[in-house]
Amino acid sequence: MSLGQQQPGKTALTGERAGGPGDGQAQAVAAVTGGTAKAPSGARYTGGRRFEFVYFAVRNKKFMLGFTVEVIFIVAAVAGPWLAPYSDQQFVSPPFLHPSLHHLLGTTYFGEDVFSILLYSLRDSYLVGFLGALFAGLIGLAVGFAAGWRGGLLDEILQMFTNIVIMMPALVLLLVIGAYFKTHSVFFEGIFIGATSWPWVARAVRAQTFTLRDRDFVDLARMSGKRGPSIVIKDIAPNMASYLLLVFILLFAGSMLLAVSYDFLGLGPTNGVSLGDMMNKAELWSGLTLHMWWWFIPPGLVMTLIVAALYISNVGLDEVFNPKLREL
Amino acid sequence: MSLKIEDLRVAYQSLRGDVQAVDGVSLFIADGEIMGLAGESGCGKSTLGNSLIFMEGRMKVTGGKVELDGRPLPISDNRAMNHFRLRDVSIIPQYAMSALNPTRKVGRMASDLLKSRGARYETVIEEFMRRIALVGLPEDVLDRYPFELSGGMRQRVTMVISTLLNPSLLIADEVTSALDVSTQRAVGEMLMEFRDRGFVKSMIVITHDLSILAQIADSILIMYAGKLAEKASAATIIDHPLHPYTQRLLASLPEVGVRYEDAALTGIPGRPPSLLSPPSGCRFRDRCPFAFEKCAEDPPFIELRPGHHVACWKAEGEVASESALQVREAAR
Amino acid sequence: MSMLEMDKLSKVYKSGTFGGGLKPALRQVSFNIDQGEVVSLIGESGSGKSTLGKIILRLISASGGRVLFDGTDILGLKPSQLHDYYRNVQGVFQDPFSSYNPLYKADRVFELVRQEYFGHLSQQQWDEKVQAALETVALNPADVINKFPHQLSGGQQQRLLVARALLLDVKLLIADEIISMLDASTRVDVLNMLVALKRKGLAVLFITHDLSLGNYISDRTVILRYGAVVEMGDTEKVFGQPQHSYTRHLLTAVPQLHRRWQAADAERHAADGLGAGGANGAGAGMTGAQVSTFGADASSGGGQSQRYSKSGLHPLKAGAPPVATGARPSLMELEDQPWHSRFRVRGGPSVATVLANNPPPALVQFEPGHFVAVEE
Repeated sequence: MSLGQQQPGKTALTGERAGGPGDGQAQAVAAVTGGTAKAPSGARYTGGRRFEFVYFAVRNKKFMLGFTVEVIFIVAAVAGPWLAPYSDQQFVSPPFLHPSLHHLLGTTYFGEDVFSILLYSLRDSYLVGFLGALFAGLIGLAVGFAAGWRGGLLDEILQMFTNIVIMMPALVLLLVIGAYFKTHSVFFEGIFIGATSWPWVARAVRAQTFTLRDRDFVDLARMSGKRGPSIVIKDIAPNMASYLLLVFILLFAGSMLLAVSYDFLGLGPTNGVSLGDMMNKAELWSGLTLHMWWWFIPPGLVMTLIVAALYISNVGLDEVFNPKLREL
Repeated sequence: MSLKIEDLRVAYQSLRGDVQAVDGVSLFIADGEIMGLAGESGCGKSTLGNSLIFMEGRMKVTGGKVELDGRPLPISDNRAMNHFRLRDVSIIPQYAMSALNPTRKVGRMASDLLKSRGARYETVIEEFMRRIALVGLPEDVLDRYPFELSGGMRQRVTMVISTLLNPSLLIADEVTSALDVSTQRAVGEMLMEFRDRGFVKSMIVITHDLSILAQIADSILIMYAGKLAEKASAATIIDHPLHPYTQRLLASLPEVGVRYEDAALTGIPGRPPSLLSPPSGCRFRDRCPFAFEKCAEDPPFIELRPGHHVACWKAEGEVASESALQVREAAR
Repeated sequence: MSMLEMDKLSKVYKSGTFGGGLKPALRQVSFNIDQGEVVSLIGESGSGKSTLGKIILRLISASGGRVLFDGTDILGLKPSQLHDYYRNVQGVFQDPFSSYNPLYKADRVFELVRQEYFGHLSQQQWDEKVQAALETVALNPADVINKFPHQLSGGQQQRLLVARALLLDVKLLIADEIISMLDASTRVDVLNMLVALKRKGLAVLFITHDLSLGNYISDRTVILRYGAVVEMGDTEKVFGQPQHSYTRHLLTAVPQLHRRWQAADAERHAADGLGAGGANGAGAGMTGAQVSTFGADASSGGGQSQRYSKSGLHPLKAGAPPVATGARPSLMELEDQPWHSRFRVRGGPSVATVLANNPPPALVQFEPGHFVAVEE
């Protein structure tokens, strides 16, 4: 996974540099963009960094594709209950119906409308994905920053802890927990996924922090009397912002996938309806043997599309953040 | 060998339009000449040097032509240039110390490079070893990884590899700027040595450091904001510069033995103009203490004295009145 | 008592790559800096000069020795005391751009100082302070306030950083190669600014590898090699009568506008009593060619197409490409190994053993205000 760490100031926008780092060719461009106090008439000044990203983001095909698909599904998830023609747990029609105008995706073994269930289940899937990503992100950041900034003994201890969590088989743990607790909620599933998928985040954040820690502007902050936590939050983390965004997107996709697998195995929330849960029920109630493709294929397909859209927009964003990958 | 450049224009593509980094440069380098290309950052010297050997993605030639030994050099055609690289034209890039692949042994990298040029490693290895010894490196350097060598050593290895196929033209891009004083001297002397022994026929040394050029260059070319300002032999530039920019630049260099209390040096106020929309007329006008009305017109780069080219109206006026004076003296 | 005193300061780095072991970057360096004086610390790469600067600024830890500021050892300061220390000592580094966080505006560096040290001032008082500091470094506030770092030139960036130090009213500024990345035409202005600040009472530790700069502005000079002091004293004495062979070597290697390297060698050898070209026997051929070239150049009135003599060229047969045989000129003494491999590291030594095994050369007083180390 590329880091997309970008420093636009260093590559193309520095002022006069006599034989310093940065390639010679860039100096000619540098003299332009760094030297002018006002933009020539007719040219667009893209303001600060943030606007530059938005400008490139909307022109990046991959990002726009992924983003659009994602937005469609999110809107569907949020507006599900209003869009669904029927309730998700009512027996509204004869079972085993093929897709038709009345039931866009047919009915289940029990006569529930598949399309409605699909819309409702998007919510749970997104919720678990979001919670898992949030929790994993928070833990990973905290561990990564602490280990990266302090180094030394704290780093060693946190590394050990990270390794232990990596080695623990999450599925087995979930089975054991499932055996003890009769019911568990969407919230719990999200937290569990978060608590088992943070290690790679911590590793990556730690590595980035190590490199950023040696930068001159960090030294300057130290010489201004600033202490560790303040420097990490205000100076180091913002420089990793683009990377962190990419990490979050990947965590989101990963959490959703994990949730689908757990739900499919029946280890999901006891009273939730999610995409994985749909597939679980379809399998459980002979949907496969009865060739009820309208019941077990749509959730899988939707999941694939959502995750694929996230990954594609991730690749697109990488290009947006890293000027060297852009085509001019 | 000789290099002839006629009205070369090289630009960079950027979001805001084309940046004309080299704006109409013409020059001639004779066989055996070491020409120094000096100027500050953003003047286009690196672009000029690099354009002779490769085009970066965003660079494009917008005009002019280049002739090497009477044959045209197809600098805008990447594939065609491949035939010339390393054999006829070679470069020691800026930060040559970092130009070596850190995961490969030096010898391995050199052999890959030579193979890509069609030279067989076995036929050149003897000469390679001789040159390694010539620059003062131990024989086992080929078996080492780059990080095992010091900065100066890596610089020297890169220099030997770049010149192994005896190119006609060598472009040395800021090879001394990141070095210590003693290594600077060694590298400078090495460049002269390579020329003296015929490993390279002529050289363009790109740097911002005029004192290095005073040591090793035969002629010096001063560039400012994409255009040529002055060209003459090294001695003339150092001792009798005509262009105000050169004069001010020389006056701002501290030398050993000069202390602040003795002679406070002065810099040049202001900054070079933007190359996106360059000003009309002489580009140094805003910072020049001698600017007058005629400077609104672009001064031509002409030979004011034998072998001494300057692009400056004031200088032209000076030389003209000088020769008028001489004529009057002679007539008496 | 001097303002800043370094007492046997040492630093050993742990290195994983170069055959394991520890590298002594500083070996019991001792010297002082007094109020209002500019001291240049001159050394090549690997000499430890930047390490010294960072230790004084408490950005790196030291392995041994003390640094006394107004009598207190600053190496043992607690974080809260460090806060006060930074009111007295600040630093400016080599790369002007990287000292700024590219995401924020350039004057955020002032904001940081304000948050930590001047929170009690009103906005107007603070603005006046900033205005005064910018004036001292000859910056127009309209040019630099509210701008992003990439919109400023290197010279402006460095001056802004000096202004930041002045906001704190520091007594000592550590200037680590602050002008090496600036253009030639702006360098001297920044140097002149440092001298003007010195006249107002600021002490500067001017770290550089460029002797001409050190000579231009400093009162005293310390020359560092391999982490130890080899010569130090009043600048005029050190540059006028260099005693240590390394200092002399540096002085002859500095490229100058009006003195060729060979002429510098000749001067040095004349001073050593050996006569021109004596020790450089093998190089005499090249020397001769060079000198005659220079002369021919001048006499021909600047003709640019001279063909210069080629020495040491022995083609195998006519038309064959030139080969590298013949007399090898004596180039300067070159470092054939990374500098740190000079130091012997036995087995798995401790920091103390490494320092003990590599003691610095002893300093001997040559004349009042001029110390020279014994040759290593």
